[in-house]
Amino acid sequence: MAILHTSTGKHHRIPSVTRGRKLDRLMPLVLLVASMVPILTTFGIVITLAADAWRFFAVVPLSEVFSTELAPLRAEPSFGILPLVNGTVLTSLIAMLVAIPVGLGTALYLSEFTSNRVRKIIKPIIEVIAGVPTIVYGYFAYSFVTPLLIKLLPGLGAKNVLSPGLVMGVMIIPIVASLSEDAMNAVQGSLREGAYALGSTRFEVAGKVVMPAAMSGIIASFVLGISRAVGETMIVSIASGSSKRFSFDITQSMQTMTGYIVEFTSGDAASGTTGYYSLYAVGLLLFIFTLILNLVSQAITRRFRLRAG
Amino acid sequence: MADKLQNIQIRTEALSLHYGAFQALKEVDLDIPARRITALIGPSGCGKSTFLKTLNRMNDLIEGVRVSGKVLIDGEDIYDPAVDVPLLRKKIGMVFQKPNPFPMTVYDNIAYGPRIHGIRNRRDLDEIVVRSLKDAALWPEVKDRLKTNALDLSGGQQQRLCIARALAVEPEILLLDESTSALDPASTSKIEDLMTQLKARYTIVMVTHNMQQAARISDWTAVFMLGEVIEYNRTGQLFNQPREQQTEAYLTGRFG
Ligand SMILES: Nc1ncnc2c1ncn2[C@@H]1O[C@H](COP(=O)(O)OP(=O)(O)OP(=O)(O)O)[C@@H](O)[C@H]1O
Ligand SMILES: [Mg+2]
Repeated sequence: MAILHTSTGKHHRIPSVTRGRKLDRLMPLVLLVASMVPILTTFGIVITLAADAWRFFAVVPLSEVFSTELAPLRAEPSFGILPLVNGTVLTSLIAMLVAIPVGLGTALYLSEFTSNRVRKIIKPIIEVIAGVPTIVYGYFAYSFVTPLLIKLLPGLGAKNVLSPGLVMGVMIIPIVASLSEDAMNAVQGSLREGAYALGSTRFEVAGKVVMPAAMSGIIASFVLGISRAVGETMIVSIASGSSKRFSFDITQSMQTMTGYIVEFTSGDAASGTTGYYSLYAVGLLLFIFTLILNLVSQAITRRFRLRAG
Repeated sequence: MADKLQNIQIRTEALSLHYGAFQALKEVDLDIPARRITALIGPSGCGKSTFLKTLNRMNDLIEGVRVSGKVLIDGEDIYDPAVDVPLLRKKIGMVFQKPNPFPMTVYDNIAYGPRIHGIRNRRDLDEIVVRSLKDAALWPEVKDRLKTNALDLSGGQQQRLCIARALAVEPEILLLDESTSALDPASTSKIEDLMTQLKARYTIVMVTHNMQQAARISDWTAVFMLGEVIEYNRTGQLFNQPREQQTEAYLTGRFG
């Protein structure tokens, strides 16, 4: 404790000051530990995945891994991953075909074509959509969208890629819309003024000035949307089924990487078998997939930020 | 008015403007001559920028603005509902206080205007870019940097780029809102020289807080006070023998 000698000669304790100092020294340490949590968790995930995935790759030759033949429960199992990659890519592709145009259109409308008052009402409503649990979307895809689509496309299977893809797209719209809108909103008003003063129409201002200036944020929102689609589990598990055939027919059932993990963690593969370790191989691949997406998004953001100043 | 105006290009009649309940312009009548420099001066908040923006309808972009009275440009009421606003703004270039180049290359900044107005031919665009940059006295400094990002230019260069960008759509009128206030003396004098040259072809209306600047380069000066024009005259006369006491107070720095 610090003791001050004042002119009157009395001793005054000022404990708060010293405690403050200690806290000042302690706080960064506490924060450092806190910041290590996600990093260590990530490391833990990678190590677990890699260790168990290793047991898989030690047994299964790469030529089999990168084949289209997936039959983990057969007497002589085959572990081709391409049907799962295909299922994941196709559902995500359909989702993004919905989410990008609708999300970007929504963002443009909110940012450039409507008043502040309307924006303040609509934006929160859209963001609520992002909070709906995905199991609800899965159920919605399976028991509402698929039957509806069957009326239009009689050949559509009860489990198929199209319906969960579309519903997943709807789920991702708010991500694209909200983040893109933030990016467009952050474009300085002075650029818009400059463009209007040159005789631009609203469309020209939106498309030729605001969108290019907000491009890094817009692309980041796409990439985040894609990561969500690739990692989405519930909707595809419920509505796209578990067919392991390799095909491009989106009217039929296919399994995604996430769907495969769900199927086999819920009990079909005995611990210690190759089938069991295949989960980790798929998990690792999924992890690498999303990691690459994140890196791409960061690289793009950095490049555009350099250009946009 | 002490001196008869000839060749009026812009005329406002009882022009009033409200931001919501606040009246920023009060029945302004002003005749602005063609191919001259008209300076708008007055204390901060008196409505100079607001007035300037009524001339190319930039106020349309602000929610809650109401305009009454008339703005006639070449005899046509620009607030007539039939007016094509983008086309009107093409005819009236505007340069702002802070340089606001687009985050694109120097070339694309200049070509932006011509492109949105339908010029696609590469050779035509090249020619416009060169001519506009020359007219804005920027060509020697950027002729080897057309592909660099405009944001890498200095502030003074950026402001001249914005002038070049405005000239590229071939306006008849140029509005400048304190366009040199953020610049160093050298860039400022470059832009002032530029204005004196450009007035041979353009009608220039400029807002400035710099009295010397108004005195140096403008032909006519209007003094704004609380949303009204209190005095309007040839610059020389207005500065030497102001009629209004408030004008004199403002010019000598005892006001605002
Ligand atoms: N968008 C707006 N909404 C509400 N009031 C505004 C708005 N823009 C300007 N005003 C008000 O209108 C008045 C005139 O503003 P204006 O910007 O035209 O002044 P100015 O003469 O250009 O001032 P300065 O010399 O500081 O630029 C001020 O009282 C200002 O507060
Ligand atoms: Mg102003």
